[in-house]
Order: sequence, then structure tokens, then C-alpha cells
Amino acid sequence: MGDGFGGGPASPGVLNPKAEIRKPKEIRKPKEIRKPKAEAASKLGRDMSTPQTDRAVADGFAVRRATRPAWAVLGERALEVLIYLCGISAIVFVLGIFFFVFKEAFPILGNKQFSLSQFLFSEQWHPTSELNKRYGVLAMIAGTFSVTALAMVIAVPFGLGAAIYLSEFCSGRVKETLKVVIELLAAIPSVVWGFIGLTVMSRLIVKYTGAPVGVNVLNGGIILALMSVPIIVSIGEDALKAVPDSYREAGLALGATRWQLVWRVLLPAGKTGLLAAVLLGVGRGVGETMAVLMATGHAVHIPHSPFDSVRTLTANIAAELGEAPANSDHYQVLFLTGVLLFLMTFVVNLAADLIVRGIRRK
Amino acid sequence: MSDSLQPCITTRDLNLWYGKFQALIDVSVTIKEGLITSLIGPSGCGKTTLLRCFNRVNERYGYVTTTGETRILGKNIYDPDVSLIELRKSVGMVFQRPNPLPISVYENVVFGLRIHSERKDLKRSTLDQAVETALTEVGLWNDLKDRLDAKGTSLQLEQQQKLCIARLLPLKPRLILMDEPCSALDVEGTRAIEELMFGLKGRYTIVIVTHNMAQARRASDECIFMLLGEIIEHSRTEELFLKPTHPKTAEYIEGRYG
Repeated sequence: MGDGFGGGPASPGVLNPKAEIRKPKEIRKPKEIRKPKAEAASKLGRDMSTPQTDRAVADGFAVRRATRPAWAVLGERALEVLIYLCGISAIVFVLGIFFFVFKEAFPILGNKQFSLSQFLFSEQWHPTSELNKRYGVLAMIAGTFSVTALAMVIAVPFGLGAAIYLSEFCSGRVKETLKVVIELLAAIPSVVWGFIGLTVMSRLIVKYTGAPVGVNVLNGGIILALMSVPIIVSIGEDALKAVPDSYREAGLALGATRWQLVWRVLLPAGKTGLLAAVLLGVGRGVGETMAVLMATGHAVHIPHSPFDSVRTLTANIAAELGEAPANSDHYQVLFLTGVLLFLMTFVVNLAADLIVRGIRRK
Repeated sequence: MSDSLQPCITTRDLNLWYGKFQALIDVSVTIKEGLITSLIGPSGCGKTTLLRCFNRVNERYGYVTTTGETRILGKNIYDPDVSLIELRKSVGMVFQRPNPLPISVYENVVFGLRIHSERKDLKRSTLDQAVETALTEVGLWNDLKDRLDAKGTSLQLEQQQKLCIARLLPLKPRLILMDEPCSALDVEGTRAIEELMFGLKGRYTIVIVTHNMAQARRASDECIFMLLGEIIEHSRTEELFLKPTHPKTAEYIEGRYG
């Protein structure tokens, strides 16, 4: 007794009888609800079974389900089906889009005058020439890659920096304000970004770099970077927010400064999410159309410097599809460009997925 | 015997508020060097808050205000010239949930060295030696010496908690704070951590918060009983459990409330 725990065993002892009284009551409840219809069946069940209480509970539930109104049962089924449809709709849409785009592009692959290697590796794009039709998109692939790459060089440090600032270095009203502003930035329509590229940015570039034209890779890259930053920031911030607070406490309790905490704890812990943020930014860069159409100068030309004008795959489709006669070679080649874009984004996403999984497994 | 020991932590009139709620009320206590001191009391009595005052990790929440004095090894840690980084270097902390960082075992152990030393002072051999010493001390070396590249978070909970203790050691702290270090562990894990505490005793001053009175009794030299933000009783563990002077203490250790 003298050990100070004398009270320990005693108190459960006081509690136990209560618990024993309470338990059977709760179990009996379903029996009282039971409808006479099911009485006979359940009686039979009860006589046969030794663990009576279990049986009673089971019967109670069975009865309750049977007495639910038909509309409720059907309603639930319908909801389940609806949710299922929502779940698989994404797959259906992706397959549908791919099928449609591929169907439009397919005939050109069988055309004798068309060669796939020329399509991929020639920089000659003369779709409307009378005598010398050429369908080579290499220059546009180079355009897409150069603009996207430049955009990422600018957007990734800014975006991740802003995400780190938002999640670790500021709080309260500043944070709320910044988040709202960044969301606003994400909501600006891409054609408006195109305006800015075409007018403001283009003049600035001519003025400060002396480039002959202001609509070029640099312009498109900057505009695209500004468009990707909000995505990188908001997803990156979520990724950092998802890092357990216990990691921060561990670092702090060991005497880490804020920067050491970010560099040595948060970045390693949040790298999966941060990578996802960057890759979504890349996805935006590859797929963006209207803003780059307006900001890059639309010249079919492999760029040699950031001040060269280029044309991207997306911009080419947007600009020419309206003028290509339906089911002409030109039209089909544009759809084939769409398939190419589709494959490119697919590869980016797949790579991202594999990288993320690889990191997780480690 | 304990009277001859130097004080390690001395607080005088320590008050702490979370916003408007006062969590610590005029806490004045002296914790002796080299002993294991446990903080007990019902939930919400302020034991964890008090523990977290000793390395000022409470302050990461902006709404905490503290008044009064806390001297650790003779220095008031709330003086303006105190560097939090140096303070936390000499006052290590172990948390309730094992929280190794999501990096390798090796990097977990040398984390403290990396953040507190110049890069040029960190030779590979120094680091290797530190890892071996620290892991040996907590009894993980034999299990993990071939798995130093494994992620700290992939270990068993007990190993994780030992790793969390091991990563404090290369910094040579004077004081180790433990916030319910065994509450996430099973019986075996609890025993292992307690044995580890006995091994560290003497070289380090250990303050442990625990919900488990049996653990306080088994593992600590001195015991502090807290209630509603105040210290009710502080004495040697046997005395506190056998002859509590305050009726509230007696009721708590008998299990009347809490």
C-alpha cells in the first residue's frame, strides 16, 4: 500500500461495476428497436448461438437495414454510381481527347508525301507554299523548349523563394495579403499577359538591351515566368506547410537559425512537394499558348540568343488552325503537332511521377 | 548527498502567459546538476510549458510572454545578450513523439555539428568519430553501423527516440530536457530509454516530464509536482512518494485525480 499506487487498483475497482451495468444496456438497445416481422428469425438465431449479445447486435443491424425506405437505399446506390462516374471521368476525358486528336492527325501518317522524320527534324515550315510544301516543326520544338527553360530559370528561384518566405518568414496580415495577391496573379487571363508582353515588356526590352525586336524568347520567358510563379508559390507553400512541425522544433531545439532550418530541414523534408510545384510550373510553360503567341514574335527560327524571335508549338496551332482547310494536309499536320505536345506533357508528367516516387521510396 | 550538488537551473518568480491565459504562476525552483529530475502533475498543469522555458522554445509562438528569471548554469537565459543558438546548443531537448529528421541516420547525428561549426572544421574523420561515439553511447551503434545511410524516420520508434538523444550528444550539452520521451513507446522501449537515462546521469543533468508516475518513481532522483501552473512540492523522489507534505500531492499520487 505504502507505494503510493494503493489508490490505483482501487479506483478501477470502483469503476468496473458501473461499466458492467452500462454495457448490457447498450447492447440491448437494438433489440428494443426490432420489428416483430424479424422477431421469429432472430429468435431462432439467438437460440442457436452461444454468444448471445453478438448475435443480438448483428440482428439489430440487419433489421435496421431492411426497414430503410426504398428511396433511401436507391438514393445511396445512385450517389455511389455518381461518385464512381466522377472518379473515372478524368480517365474517360483524357482518352477521349487523345482519341479525337489522334483521329484527326492519323491520315497524314499514311500520306506518301509526308515523312515523320522530316516533321520532327526539319526546321522548314512552309505549309501554304504552292510548290514546296514543308512540314518541319523542329524550330518550334526549339522555341517551346527555349521559352519554357528560360521561364523556369526565372520562375523556380522566385517561386520557391516566395513559397519559403510565405510559409516560414511571415505571418498574420502580411501573409494573408500576399496570398490573396498571388492568387490574383494566377487569375489574370493569359491574353492579358500577352498584352503586357506585346506592349510594356517589349518596349522595356528594346530600351534596355538594344535588341532589334522586343518580342522574343526573353519576353516570352519573362511573361511565362510571371504566369508560372503563382502556381509554384501556392503549391510550394502547401508542400512546406505539410512538413510536420515536429521537424521544425527538432531543428530549433538543436540551435538552428531560420536559414539553417530552411536549408537543412525544410527543403529535404518538402522536396517531393516542391518538385511537384516546379513540374506543374513546367507543365504550364509547355502548354501555355496565347501569351507566348503574343510575346515571342512568331518567327519560325531556331533561336541562337534570348533576343531572337521564336514560335512555339502551341502558338503555331492557335495561329494556323483557323486558316487550314479541314482535313487538308496542313490541318492534319497541325493535329499531329497536338499529338506531339500531348506526348511531351505526358512524358514530363510521367517523369515527375517517377522522380517523386523514387524520392519517396528512399 | 543532493544538498551538496550545484544548482543547474534556478528559476525565480517565473510567470508565463499564452495570450491572456497564465500557464505558469510564480515558479521558483532549483534543479540540481547531474541528477534526473522529473516533473509530474495532471494534464494542463504546466509541466511541459516549464520544460520548454528552459530552452526558450516556447517563444516560437508569438503570443507567449514570460516574466521572471531563469538561471541556467548561472546565466539568466532571458537576458538580452543571450544567444538562443548557444543556449539551445547546451540545452538539448527530446520530444514526446520521436522526431528524427527525414535525412540519414548519420546526418541526423551530425546535424548539430554541421549547424554549429564552420565547414572547414568538419573533417570526415571528426564526423565519423562523433557518429560512432554518440550512437555507441545510446546503444544503437551495433544495430545501425551498417545502416547509417538509412533514413532516420525509417527506424523503429524506440530506435528513433534513441537517435533523437544521440543527436544531442555531439554538441556536449550540459542539460537534457525530455518531454514525455516514452509516451509513444512500448514497455521494452520505455525500459531501454530509462536505462539510457541512467547511463547518461551524472554527466548530464536530465529533466523529464512524465505522465507516468511509476516512471517518475523508478527513474528520477528528484520529483517536482505541479498543479495549475504552480509548483506544489519539490523533494527527493522517495520522500515525495512516501511522505508527501502537501495534501494535493498525496491525493494525486494516490490517483484521486489527474
